[in-house]
Amino acid sequence: MTSLDLAFGATGLLALVGGLLAVTTRHVVHAALWLVVALLGVAGSLLVLGSELVSLVLVLVYVGAIVVLVLFALMVTRAPIGPDTAHTVGWPRRIGGALSGAAVAVLLGAVLVPLVGGASGGAIKRAAVDSTTVAQDLFGVWVWPFEILSLLLLAALVAALAVSRIRRDETEVPS
Amino acid sequence: MIHLVGPVVLAVALIGLGIMGVLTRRHPVMVLIAIELILAGGLVLLVTSGLVGGSRWSGASVLPLFVITIAAAETVVALAIVLTLFRHRRRIDLDDGSEP
Repeated sequence: MTSLDLAFGATGLLALVGGLLAVTTRHVVHAALWLVVALLGVAGSLLVLGSELVSLVLVLVYVGAIVVLVLFALMVTRAPIGPDTAHTVGWPRRIGGALSGAAVAVLLGAVLVPLVGGASGGAIKRAAVDSTTVAQDLFGVWVWPFEILSLLLLAALVAALAVSRIRRDETEVPS
Repeated sequence: MIHLVGPVVLAVALIGLGIMGVLTRRHPVMVLIAIELILAGGLVLLVTSGLVGGSRWSGASVLPLFVITIAAAETVVALAIVLTLFRHRRRIDLDDGSEP
């Protein structure tokens, strides 16, 4: 148990508590805000793992942009301020969902934990990824995927505009 | 030194939480939030897998950035579809299969 393990435990616990509350709370706006907590925990975990740029991009893109977009979507679809009583589900479905999630987690863990050396082994030296390496990789080996990614972002922007401009009378099938 | 069990357990637990959210939510934006949790778990697993091994996998520093960007694009299109659905039907219940 090293100090890095302790730091990772703290940030991972933050991510897990935020994630649990994001999927279980009945206030829709609170769910989006708990997602911020969970993503900040994930970003801290990635920082401890040594991927500084990825954690910064996670904070910028997700906490900065995606969560704001989600909050806007909740506002525009007239989400209630208090508990969301219109979209509650029964207890059998909640228990079934929790059991399915736990089963997936246990199955994945049973496969992946032995792969990294079991519960006690698998200690490696932390090596921070410096920005020079990332920049050389990004604009050297990965430059074409990077350019195609910018095209994908443009296509997503145009698609979002096109989808939101569909009128009601265009979608109705003439009888 | 850092043990790799912690990141793997965190990733697996995030994926489990996300699947639980996808299965129990009826509001599409809430389902999207749960999918974000699954993606965060996959991201942690991707970064962790980049740390394993003698020689560093050269894509491990770049591919997480690509995953974040593609997930952001997907979220934008999904939210546009949700907004259009709400404008057309005045309700956005995923369990409601009736015609508009």
